Amino acid sequence: MERRVVITGMGTVNPVGNTVDETWAALCAGRSGIGTITKFDAAPLATKIAGELKNFDPLLYVEKKELRRLDAFIVYALACAEMAVKDAGIVIDGHNAERVGTIIGSGIGGLQTIEKEHAVLERSGPRRLSPFTIPAVLPNLAAGQISIRYGARGPISCPVTACAAGASAIGMAFLLVKDGQADAMIAGGVEAAITPFGIAGFNAMRALSTRNDDPEKASRPFDRDRDGFVMGEGGGILILEELAAARKRGARIYAELCGFGCTADAYHMAAPPPGHEGAVRSMAIAMKSCGMDPAAVGYINAHGTATPLNDVYETQAIKQVFGEHSRTLAVSSTKSMTGHLLGGAGGLEAIVAVKAITDGIAPPTINLDNPDEGCDLDYVPGRAKPMTIEAALSNTFGFGGVNAVLAFRTYRDRGKGA
Amino acid sequence: MSIEEKVIEIIVEQLDVTREECVPEASFIEDLGADSLDLVELIMAMEENFGIEISDEELQKIRTIQDAISYIKKKKGLAG
Repeated sequence: MERRVVITGMGTVNPVGNTVDETWAALCAGRSGIGTITKFDAAPLATKIAGELKNFDPLLYVEKKELRRLDAFIVYALACAEMAVKDAGIVIDGHNAERVGTIIGSGIGGLQTIEKEHAVLERSGPRRLSPFTIPAVLPNLAAGQISIRYGARGPISCPVTACAAGASAIGMAFLLVKDGQADAMIAGGVEAAITPFGIAGFNAMRALSTRNDDPEKASRPFDRDRDGFVMGEGGGILILEELAAARKRGARIYAELCGFGCTADAYHMAAPPPGHEGAVRSMAIAMKSCGMDPAAVGYINAHGTATPLNDVYETQAIKQVFGEHSRTLAVSSTKSMTGHLLGGAGGLEAIVAVKAITDGIAPPTINLDNPDEGCDLDYVPGRAKPMTIEAALSNTFGFGGVNAVLAFRTYRDRGKGA
Repeated sequence: MSIEEKVIEIIVEQLDVTREECVPEASFIEDLGADSLDLVELIMAMEENFGIEISDEELQKIRTIQDAISYIKKKKGLAG
């Protein structure tokens, strides 16, 4: 019998909120989480703005001693996972531990720790390096620490697919549940790359906005005056469960995760090709793999980075896939408010797609004052749009030519045995 | 602050244990819940605080709080 996968729990920390409810309220209100960088002195850098977490208290999620040894991306992952597991009400113990897995993606891993310990190495020599350096740096330690905390002994992995890592993780987790290798997965993505190295590195590529004097207006997807993305941090983690297992324990079901499409551009290390055919195929595969009628898709959470190329080519790809229907569906980039969480984006934006379905609201794209030439879809400018959303896609694309698309739909009991 | 007091202060901070748990015969691993990486970090903190260097070989012999105190006193040329 076909195994279906449903979402039963969600957790996030990101620049607009430290819980799912806070985040959703901020997104629907069109509130920006972008501001001047406070984590370090960004004066020497071309970009001095980012989407930092606000009033996040790590001690709600990790002990003081533990905190010293974990990179921020792992702390964010533990926070998201704690909220998601609690929200799902799932108990992981002897009866199911081997059937519960963990896949958490990260684009970069422990960049803050690399920078800190590298400075120690340079200044004080190799003997002064913390023994916790490597376990704080490795990207897969987000999944590792979560699995240890909950005793989840099923499949574990960590896709490191740049800005698509969160969606890659959720997609892989989805396939494992469908395939019968797990009954539940803790899956998502996290990032903590607002560091001198992270900002300077993306600055060197000329990928970041430098609208330093007006941070809240800096992330402008699809707008004529966009000048690159704004980096954000945090992420999102979801609990994916096999439908029968979720129903058996009487879990609340948010929505069904029904499709995943993953393709490579095989084109350029950082730029998408005109028309973005890899994105076209990943959207098409996500829908075709579950027999979803493209006309059922009411909302797309766009990759929408606000880089000059992405927004035009993503628009072309959506038109290619949906034809006439692209004129009626709502497409928004919540990165206009959160900034770009890199590997965390796919996790957070999967949650946004689910909330759009359950609450019947397309969150807006803010700062879209003058749509650019070639950007002529309904991007839900400025104001959230109440609408019935039967199905939604979450698009994420990453450096290295990775395209990962998740397809969600309203959960419906399809009769006995379904 | 005496060497004893300083050692205990470092242990309390590094291992997140209480002062009451820090009796001289307490073993770092068995009684204070440290693992091998905790121990490396703890010894690093002591090296830094007391301006000494402890080799990996010597590290193996330091099992209890008293071991650490005696070792540091010896290293500093004080009677242990």
